[in-house]
Amino acid sequence: MGLLSPSVTVARYAIQEKIDGPIIETVHNALCKQSFQEIENRSESKSLGWTSFETPFKPNFEDSSFLVGAYMVFALRIDKKTVPPKLLKKHYSLAVEKKLADTGREYLSRNEKEIIREHVLNNLLIRIPAVPDIYDVIWNYEESYAWFFSGTKAANEEFESLFLKSFKISAIRLFPYTEADLVANLSDSEQDLLQNLQPARFVS
Amino acid sequence: MLDIAVSYNRYKFLGNEFLTWLWFMIENDQTFFTKIDIECTALEIGDKISFENRKKESLEVVSIKGDHAGWEEGKLSLQKGSLVTELNLLYHSGPGKWRFSLKGENLGIGNLKTPEGGRVETKEDLEGAILEKIFLLDKAISFIQGLFRRFLKLRVSPQWQADSIPMMKEWINSTK
Repeated sequence: MGLLSPSVTVARYAIQEKIDGPIIETVHNALCKQSFQEIENRSESKSLGWTSFETPFKPNFEDSSFLVGAYMVFALRIDKKTVPPKLLKKHYSLAVEKKLADTGREYLSRNEKEIIREHVLNNLLIRIPAVPDIYDVIWNYEESYAWFFSGTKAANEEFESLFLKSFKISAIRLFPYTEADLVANLSDSEQDLLQNLQPARFVS
Repeated sequence: MLDIAVSYNRYKFLGNEFLTWLWFMIENDQTFFTKIDIECTALEIGDKISFENRKKESLEVVSIKGDHAGWEEGKLSLQKGSLVTELNLLYHSGPGKWRFSLKGENLGIGNLKTPEGGRVETKEDLEGAILEKIFLLDKAISFIQGLFRRFLKLRVSPQWQADSIPMMKEWINSTK
């Protein structure tokens, strides 16, 4: 669910490192370089990249369109194609039968079967449409934080990985320890106590 | 700083203790919340509380749901050693109301509903709508962060053992 949805799920990140170079230009170039690439009519099963908030199905980062007030607003798009196992089995069986009939043989080797399977899978992937998932991103560079609009582990991991690859700085997810360690402004003595903290007992 | 994966697992308990403490504060000291947000008029439990009880060889998970659910059963769960792992909350501030779920282990915020913003009717409205939604989300997120930071300060202070634990024990055992 995206930023403007009636109900949103948010994962919070600390972005404490700074970009080397002019910020807007560097972010713009990184968004363009790692922008989403279509996989329709191709045999890839997955594609992911940055896309624009306003037009997620047609990435456009021109004219600093990702800047909204003090925020950088864009999205992560992940497209996936899934071949139903029964469909793969049907086309694989037909292809094996055709190969046997064409060659007049009774058996195929394991290697030949694997080549047929890959060929069938690639053909199906070319014909199957990809299903897109779009996750909005809000990045407040000055205040060193970002919000990623998904709670799923896989989407958050893809975000963290592409963020590092694109901008050469880490997005650190804020959970109890990182919140305490990075942004809660604990004193040195409080930090020491935190390191040795053990679970409390509320029952006797 | 500890390794991220190690620290995530090592300090999961801290988030669950935070939610358990938050429920205690909701029932016992509503004025506390105005120290985080001066406009806060109330913080209430919404329609769900989840609990987890980690015993040596087993994990017991309990959820209580319903808009008008009685939470006594939840207190009984605390008496057996459970901690709150997820809370659905209603946060009232000024004239607005926010509803969201908060997970202990990662402080993840789910199903966050903010007061309604202005309608987007033209392309020009979009930028304003984005900024307004960010403002409304930030209000709830800053409130949660403020609560967690207050809890952390308390958790590493001598008052935790001296005052908070005895008061929470008494509260937990107040339901028979």
